[in-house]
Amino acid sequence: MTETTRSRRATVSTPSDTEILITREFDAEPHLVYRAWTTPELVARWWHGDHGSVTSIDIDLRVGGHWRYVMVANDGSEVAFHGDYREVVPDQRLVTTEVFEGAPDNEAVTTATFTDLGGRTRVEILVRHASRHARDMHLESGMESGLQRALELLEELTLTTA
Amino acid sequence: MARAATTSDAFNAIAEPRRRELLELLAQQERSVTELVTLLGVAQPLVSKHLNVLRQVGLVDVREAGRLRMYRTNGPALKPVHDWAGQFERTWSQRFDRLDAVLRDMTDEDGDHTDD
Repeated sequence: MTETTRSRRATVSTPSDTEILITREFDAEPHLVYRAWTTPELVARWWHGDHGSVTSIDIDLRVGGHWRYVMVANDGSEVAFHGDYREVVPDQRLVTTEVFEGAPDNEAVTTATFTDLGGRTRVEILVRHASRHARDMHLESGMESGLQRALELLEELTLTTA
Repeated sequence: MARAATTSDAFNAIAEPRRRELLELLAQQERSVTELVTLLGVAQPLVSKHLNVLRQVGLVDVREAGRLRMYRTNGPALKPVHDWAGQFERTWSQRFDRLDAVLRDMTDEDGDHTDD
């Protein structure tokens, strides 16, 4: 098989004031993507997204079951998320609640859909927040390190152009 | 003292959601205030106020074109803003790149171990 190694970007859009939609296609069948999505040892290998290392993944994959993901970010801070499973349709659809433990008042409902494209899979993650404010905070989350770098760059810039 | 003030001004400039919207619009092309008012649906004094803040920290440039003042982003100055606004998308892209690798390993182990 010819395999492209180019990195494909996730598409992120905001279908409404309270939602975030993340879309990406994968060169694997839905049952494999679903397994990688719901098996702790496998989630631990990708969920960190190079921002740190995963320290714990708990998955009780049944309606009403609990999940919790924990990562130690590269700056040493601990980042944890948890929630419950509301809908579990193997290889097709997962609906969960999701709370970032740094902002425990903002619970989102996340629907992950796995669509069979004939050997490939389209994954769509729809995150629904209770308010626009909570949605915007989520969109800006994980930015602490990026923001820090942005501030450094801005400082360099303002110093050199002063 | 002066340095700290400069940095925090620049931070405030990009931290305000309306100003990020302005930067997005101006990153696409050069625009007049009238155009920005229409696109944002915000009163002109407010647009002008935000534009002034962005100009003061060097993120936006302005030039006179006849009777119009045309605004555009200052490319190099804007890089940190792009880095900041793209972080969420980048986080997911990095996760998915990792997931690609996991899926490749799974496909290999899945029995139908293909060619290379």
